[in-house]
Amino acid sequence: MPSLFDKLWDRHVIAETEGGATIIAIDRVFLHERTGAAALNSLAAAGRTVADPARVFAAMDHIVDTLPGRSDATTMPGGTAFITETRAACAAAGITLFDIGDPDQGIVHVVSPELGIVLPGLTLVAPDSHTCTQGAVGALAWGIGSTEAEHALATGTLRIERPRTMRVIFDGVLAPGVTPKDMALALIAAHGAAGGQGHAIEFAGSAVTALAIEARMTLCNMATEFAAFSGFIAPDAVTFDWLKGRRYAPKGAMWDLALADWADLHSDPDAVFDREIRIDASAIAPMLSWGTSPAQSMAITGRVPAFAGSGSRAAHDKALAYMGLVEGQALMGVPIDAAFIGSCTNSRLSDLERAAAVIAGRTVAPGVRAIVVPGSSAVKRAAEAKGIDKLFLAAGFEWRESGCSMCFFAGGESFGAGQRVISSTNRNFESRQGAGTRTHIASPETVAASAIAGRISAA
Amino acid sequence: MSRPFIQVTSIAAPLLEDNIDTDIIIPSREMKSTGKTGLAGGLFAGRRYVEGRTENPDFVLNQPVYRDAAILLAGDNFGCGSSREHAVWALAEYGVRAVIAPSFSPIFAGNAVRGGLLPLVLPRASIAELAAFEGAISIDLPAQTVTADGATYRFEIGAEARAMLIGGLDAIDLTQLSAGRIAAWQAGNQSVRPWVYLSSFTDSNP
Repeated sequence: MPSLFDKLWDRHVIAETEGGATIIAIDRVFLHERTGAAALNSLAAAGRTVADPARVFAAMDHIVDTLPGRSDATTMPGGTAFITETRAACAAAGITLFDIGDPDQGIVHVVSPELGIVLPGLTLVAPDSHTCTQGAVGALAWGIGSTEAEHALATGTLRIERPRTMRVIFDGVLAPGVTPKDMALALIAAHGAAGGQGHAIEFAGSAVTALAIEARMTLCNMATEFAAFSGFIAPDAVTFDWLKGRRYAPKGAMWDLALADWADLHSDPDAVFDREIRIDASAIAPMLSWGTSPAQSMAITGRVPAFAGSGSRAAHDKALAYMGLVEGQALMGVPIDAAFIGSCTNSRLSDLERAAAVIAGRTVAPGVRAIVVPGSSAVKRAAEAKGIDKLFLAAGFEWRESGCSMCFFAGGESFGAGQRVISSTNRNFESRQGAGTRTHIASPETVAASAIAGRISAA
Repeated sequence: MSRPFIQVTSIAAPLLEDNIDTDIIIPSREMKSTGKTGLAGGLFAGRRYVEGRTENPDFVLNQPVYRDAAILLAGDNFGCGSSREHAVWALAEYGVRAVIAPSFSPIFAGNAVRGGLLPLVLPRASIAELAAFEGAISIDLPAQTVTADGATYRFEIGAEARAMLIGGLDAIDLTQLSAGRIAAWQAGNQSVRPWVYLSSFTDSNP
């Protein structure tokens, strides 16, 4: 009868409050330098301490730049203080920090699974909206603000209302070249950027269980763009094999004990959900955003849609004006100024391998700035061991150190006003990648193919 | 401890787009210190200014009638995107006490309650009526009502969020009242799921 969410939730209920909220146990907290220092400084200023620092981790990803030879210096206004204060606060609190230069540094949501910090059945929170990425291993992982992070650090708990539940079932087999990024964009385009409305969303169905773990992370990553509380996938043999032996995963008899606990982490056949969405995965095409919300996405071979009656006409027109597009326009062939591969959505080894396969032996179109930013230092090393860096460099891409980079403003870098960027990131918001920058989000292979063509192209 | 929210009466500034994200509320480049203050100037910076800090006369909060608005009217999914709590801090520092929208991003709503900013949910049609009304509107949180021009709109809010806003309560203080219960729960849980507790699980520590 219980769903996967029920099992994850019930494992962590400590008490119900008078106001109908739940005090829920938090097993892991992850911080980064953008919001971590704010939380830790505020906690210390209130005379409070971190309850169990061994279960708190931090990584430098949001402010640090991704240029070779980087340091604490950054062109982001005031950025250096975020880095140095986070470092000092982590040291003072006894928190493990994956610092600049550390072989394990990288984007929080790449590093945490890589090291087995997130595990099936755990609750994990971070003051970062893409924390839902980590639900891919069967954890309940969600993004919070700095004040709630202080609460989790100080008490090992959060006070929250139990979210409603949703199951999104992707049936069938993906067509060749269609990726979990396309699945996510297809879902959000069909149901709106508010379609998940605070729900705890289980992704299920044959097209989901067929995904490798890194691909599952891409799908869960985008749950926050659907306004979900979180997204997660039932752990299976693929998950357990992927996690076994990772540094913070249990070992030996403890692993066996954990496996026995995790065997139950799936929705029972008669589980009930507040909402259910079913999608034919075989009908999904490679997707591309045309507007300034991930919901404003379409099949790459399509034409910019006319206003369809949801939301406001003015907002639709505003997005088109911002993007420099008109209704009915085909996006294929539209010239681009830049291509970006990276972010917690699509920067893992398999993402880089697929993009590299598209660009191998070809060169980036003249005048196009092309950048690859591995999601973690470990991903960068693994890619270099396979010679993937050489393929990108030979094609004319920049090959960077790991971090969030130009997904937004990390390192103080952004693209220019009016620049049209095709990007493997998660947000095509107005001015997200630079004031006035026009962002189209897509899969890494679509970004790679477009970089080579110099215009929007399918892989 | 945040500023208690009981009743607020103000003109309501209409910003009726869906999906006003936290990058719009405060761009990353405006978050210049690790503190929670000094953010009001960066509020809606991309919309509010042209050419540096010259005010954009078309932006709603630059129009004289709305400049001191303590209430914003917004579209669906307000506060989506980045979890940055700076969005709430910037709104509160500017003087905004409540945002009325058909829905909020869950992270933004949680942040708002902790920052003394009321995330008030009303249907889109009610918000359109409030936007058409030119005078001040009143929000009464204990009564869970919005009144304007003689019309009253009732809204729902979770009992915990309501109590926290009315009392300006600190959630950590509240939870620490249950410290004994939490410790007992953790001790029990540790015997069932020892791998969760890294400090006592030396096997996993490098």
